[in-house]
Amino acid sequence: MHWSSILWALFQILIFPGLLFLVALALAAEFVDRKLYARLQNRLGPPWFQPLADLIKLLAKQEVVPDLADKFMFVVTPMFALTAAVTASFYIPIWSHQALCSFPGDVIVVLYLLTIPTITFFLGGWYSRSVYSMIGAARSIMQLFAYEIPLFLAILAPALLAGTWSLSGMSLFYAHRPLLSLLNLLGLAIALVALLGKLERVPFDAPEAETEIVAGSFTEYSGRLLALFRLAIDVEMVVGASLLAAVFLPFGMDFGPVAGFGLYLAKILAVISMLSLMRTLFARLRLDQMINFCWQIAAPLAFVQLMADLVAKGTIARGVMIP
Amino acid sequence: MGKNPEPRGVRVAIGPQHPALKEPESFSVLLAGEKILESGVRLGYNHRGIEKACEERTYVQDLYLIERICGICSHSHSTAFISAVEEIAGLEIPRRAKYLRMLIGELERVHSHLLWLGVAGHEVGFDTLLMYTWRDREVVMDLLAALTGNRVNYGVNTMGGVRRDVSEDQKKQVLTAVDILEERTKYYIGVATQETTLIQRLSGVGKLNHEDAIHLGAVGPTARASSVKRDVRKDDPYLAYDEIPFNVVTSDHNDIYGRAVVRCLELMESYNMIRFIIANMPEGPIAVKAPRKVPAGEAISRYEAPRGEDVHYVRANGSEKPERVKVRAPTLANVQVVSHMLKDGYLADLPIVVAAIDPCFSCTDRMIAVAGDMAAINMGGTAFPGCADAGSKARATWEQVRQHGIEFYRRRGVDFARLNETFTAGGR
Repeated sequence: MHWSSILWALFQILIFPGLLFLVALALAAEFVDRKLYARLQNRLGPPWFQPLADLIKLLAKQEVVPDLADKFMFVVTPMFALTAAVTASFYIPIWSHQALCSFPGDVIVVLYLLTIPTITFFLGGWYSRSVYSMIGAARSIMQLFAYEIPLFLAILAPALLAGTWSLSGMSLFYAHRPLLSLLNLLGLAIALVALLGKLERVPFDAPEAETEIVAGSFTEYSGRLLALFRLAIDVEMVVGASLLAAVFLPFGMDFGPVAGFGLYLAKILAVISMLSLMRTLFARLRLDQMINFCWQIAAPLAFVQLMADLVAKGTIARGVMIP
Repeated sequence: MGKNPEPRGVRVAIGPQHPALKEPESFSVLLAGEKILESGVRLGYNHRGIEKACEERTYVQDLYLIERICGICSHSHSTAFISAVEEIAGLEIPRRAKYLRMLIGELERVHSHLLWLGVAGHEVGFDTLLMYTWRDREVVMDLLAALTGNRVNYGVNTMGGVRRDVSEDQKKQVLTAVDILEERTKYYIGVATQETTLIQRLSGVGKLNHEDAIHLGAVGPTARASSVKRDVRKDDPYLAYDEIPFNVVTSDHNDIYGRAVVRCLELMESYNMIRFIIANMPEGPIAVKAPRKVPAGEAISRYEAPRGEDVHYVRANGSEKPERVKVRAPTLANVQVVSHMLKDGYLADLPIVVAAIDPCFSCTDRMIAVAGDMAAINMGGTAFPGCADAGSKARATWEQVRQHGIEFYRRRGVDFARLNETFTAGGR
């Protein structure tokens, strides 16, 4: 009886807008990032298929598990990273106000699912038992504590104003009150910076600083496992960009699926471009400097955003909210 | 980590093979968290036996060998060496040759400092700076290729002068290039003094105060950034540096930021010096005829290489080959400073602290001289045959060194004789 619905669900999970689509989008995003980074640095940059070629090459290579490493954890963590990043995307509205799945409170779930890759970086690095991996792992987890608070505050503040804990609900709320989302611009800036930390990119790439600790957590990884980790980071970049687009840039979702999808691509392109631009502009911060920055500047600013949303909820939003 | 026998620390090896290092050398650091408790430097992975090889070649052949000590300051080494030889031979080179040597020397300093700026950017994760400076460095590289025919090992020095003259067209080319480079350098000075993340990574890192810089014998920009006004071009002018007006740039920052500022401002000084050299280039021949054999004697020659003072010692015995050549590359003087600067620093700062002296380890690696009874100890347990009984000062012949090398590796399981057999047999 439900054959068609089961097939449809499988199609959605595995092909569109699930795994396959997300992987394609992630590789495209990596290309855009690398090309833009290269052009900004006055380099030529890779051809469009380079991320795919890298992926295929890594998938074909032998994977070496160090003798000292915990075999189970070493192999399992990259899969967890990818799974978590892909799962998070199901709750984010892409071209309409309705995400693939949604329930009240899914914004919390998405934020936690996006934390899992960082935890796997820590576990994978830690169980590699190499000194560089362990330092990288410790740095990953320390950095997590620094950027998660500003990120959570920045994302939850708009949710507070919208009065819903569902991303689809938030998207619906702001789409009808576009002016109110201007109030959250500070939050967007903070979330962008925190996303840099999450993706471990310059200036927050201390966990994989190649000049100090080779490749951090990923030092001992090779072959398919490394490919999975790299893919997980790319997917995380797309999902993070989608999250920011859904929360802070919820425009144009009423024009039908095609226009909505085009706008969605434009929005994540803008977010990814901002990420590339920032990694071009800065030097790598030391871990202590990064933590100081997050706690002394980003977190207080996120609190300001939270206060602004609270005040708005009590005053102007009352008038606007009544349809 | 409580089970670790070393007190509260993890020992991390940076090198001999590590992405931060451009040449093999080994830094071993004891870490408590991110803090460095102690550090050790081990050199010697790059020993090429150039000094010994010089004794087997004529002076002119040596010039080309010496030039290959360093890929960046190649002209520095060849000029320092040939100046010593010319002093022993009593050769006075023409003034135009002196100016041409200075011109190449200053252009070399420009390309070396731009290279350093890029490397420093890379070490602190600022790859954009690396890409920009190395793009602009191409201007001076192309210029050097146009003037000398080569990008790095210029081969422009010869005994008694230089091998290539500079035409009027080339002079114009130099001036145009210098204008472009000056413009770009001003931009980099702006970046270095305004970009906050860069300043945060450089300022207060790798502290070396004035007294320590003198005490540990730092040279070059490393010393000058600790306000030690030491520059061979001013203190003991060679070539015609006493005729050129220039300032010795110093800084009182005592840290890596200061070293970056000193190098940037030295670039500006070099541009002015290049302009002066071009404007005041004397006419005349570019070389005098030099004899094949150099009379017995010895000389020491100092040269301000981009990395600091470079010292060459040459002893001649009247033949066409030197009896002894000794090279003290600037990195050897600065490498002791590194351990001092690493102390109580962060692991994250290690790459930039090492890079801040602009190290060139393959230029530095030397064999310690083996004397008398010490021979047995220093050479890993085997004395050279006939070495230990040769009195207080023993020297190995070429054949002895070769035999020692073969024996040394055979004891470690590498048999070169057998290696040759397998290769010649055609099967691997």
